[in-house]
Amino acid sequence: MSGRSTGRLVAVLVAVFVALLLQVTVLPNFAWDVGGLGVVPDLVLLVVVATALATDTRFATLTGFWAGLLLDIAPPADHLAGRWALALMAVGYVVGRLVHDNAGDVGAGSRFAREGVRRPPLGLALAAAAGGSFIGTSVFALTGLLLRDSGAAIADLLPVALVALVLDVVAALVVVPATLWLLDRTTRDGLPRPSQRIRVRT
Amino acid sequence: MALDTRPPSNKAPVRRTGASREPERDAGRPARSLVVALVLASAALMVVDKAGGDSSPVDPVRRVVGEVVGPVQAGVSAVVRPVVDLPGAVRTNASLRGDVKQLEAENADLRNQLAKAGYDDQRLAELEGLRAVAGDLGYALLPARVIAIGPAQSFSSTVTLDAGSDAGLHPDMTVVAAEGLVGRITSVTAHTATVLLIVDDTSSVGGRIGENMELGFVRGHGSLGTDDRLEMELADRNVVPKVGQQIVTWGSEGGSPYVAGVPIGTVGKVYESLRETSYRAVITPGVDFTALDLVGVVVPSGTRGRVIEADGSLR
Repeated sequence: MSGRSTGRLVAVLVAVFVALLLQVTVLPNFAWDVGGLGVVPDLVLLVVVATALATDTRFATLTGFWAGLLLDIAPPADHLAGRWALALMAVGYVVGRLVHDNAGDVGAGSRFAREGVRRPPLGLALAAAAGGSFIGTSVFALTGLLLRDSGAAIADLLPVALVALVLDVVAALVVVPATLWLLDRTTRDGLPRPSQRIRVRT
Repeated sequence: MALDTRPPSNKAPVRRTGASREPERDAGRPARSLVVALVLASAALMVVDKAGGDSSPVDPVRRVVGEVVGPVQAGVSAVVRPVVDLPGAVRTNASLRGDVKQLEAENADLRNQLAKAGYDDQRLAELEGLRAVAGDLGYALLPARVIAIGPAQSFSSTVTLDAGSDAGLHPDMTVVAAEGLVGRITSVTAHTATVLLIVDDTSSVGGRIGENMELGFVRGHGSLGTDDRLEMELADRNVVPKVGQQIVTWGSEGGSPYVAGVPIGTVGKVYESLRETSYRAVITPGVDFTALDLVGVVVPSGTRGRVIEADGSLR
């Protein structure tokens, strides 16, 4: 179990960091221009969604919190720290709960219980990405309105949230399978093999 | 009587099985206390950061993370640039010289615009005289590239530059492009600097109309909406701004955060604000904020490193 969870942790750390770099350095060159700056797919958010789909809700919530915190304090962020942390945490929790309460594979004998990772169908992944994107962008925008961190009006926020949602669903086609593959691979490799361990010790 | 006692004795075992089945249904569900703790942590962080203002305790953390992430961003950006930048794809490290030439041209262009901005001849002569007296009162520029751009979903307009405190940059320095004012530096790490663009809705720049030296404040309107990105409110309520007039910065004390005389844009539309009995001018910025790449940071003359001095010479 411990080998599996460290593999999982490493996979998520790598995925979040790569997603952050792609999101701020590479994607702005291909951004969808809505007024001022471009809207880019929220890759970090999609990694959190994929984590929620593949692992348990608890892990997804924690991943969301820490990934959001990284997004909050890594340059070029200049907004109040904690806003993306709250938003992505909510994404991890809500997506995790919805998927896990409705999927039939939470019993003790399921594949999920045995291997710790599951492969959700594509439709579910896209729906989760759309929902997650909407929740994440909304929570982030609402905290900004509450704390007066951003002066944008709700009428301005909606088109951005919608464009972001469309882009996120498109990006989810790539990001979610990639993250799932990474999680699947690291957790499988991370499993300690009892026979080898015994041989080494004796 | 018997019917009365049955329901409670029936209910109790149902509850018990429900409680015992609960953990089996979703073993990985987080405890409610964990969720509450994380929500409170986020909220506390926001409040601490907000209350801290300029001396927020989050800033050192930001800086440390920036030191780690910044160089990686610069690396990724350097790798990706040739791919996304196909028109200028033949950019190698040796073509830095070309970049510098381009910046020199930009610098000349900038001062040209300055001269054309409607400052009357007398002022110009005065300025030239002052420049002669002060030796180099003109601004030295440190060239830098934009390596990361904040997404529109953040609803704030910030970019990251690939130069930081190692190159002599510090917060509250002016950032310009060939076409005019870009913004000011809000924070630096050793190798990167975060710039708040003037179109951000928290940005406020002291500006003046070049032709008649009238003062006012240029405020950003957020990153959203293609029109009305910048607007200016004049201090003198009787002056009516005219369409096409040039707006330049009026400058802050000690040139920080904004130096004087940098073009901001031109007056695009004029509204009369009845409530405040003053005029509001919508400014068309000279800089295309969606296509920022090479920018210059105004540094004190004599800063070490590759700096373009005001007379156009490179050191």
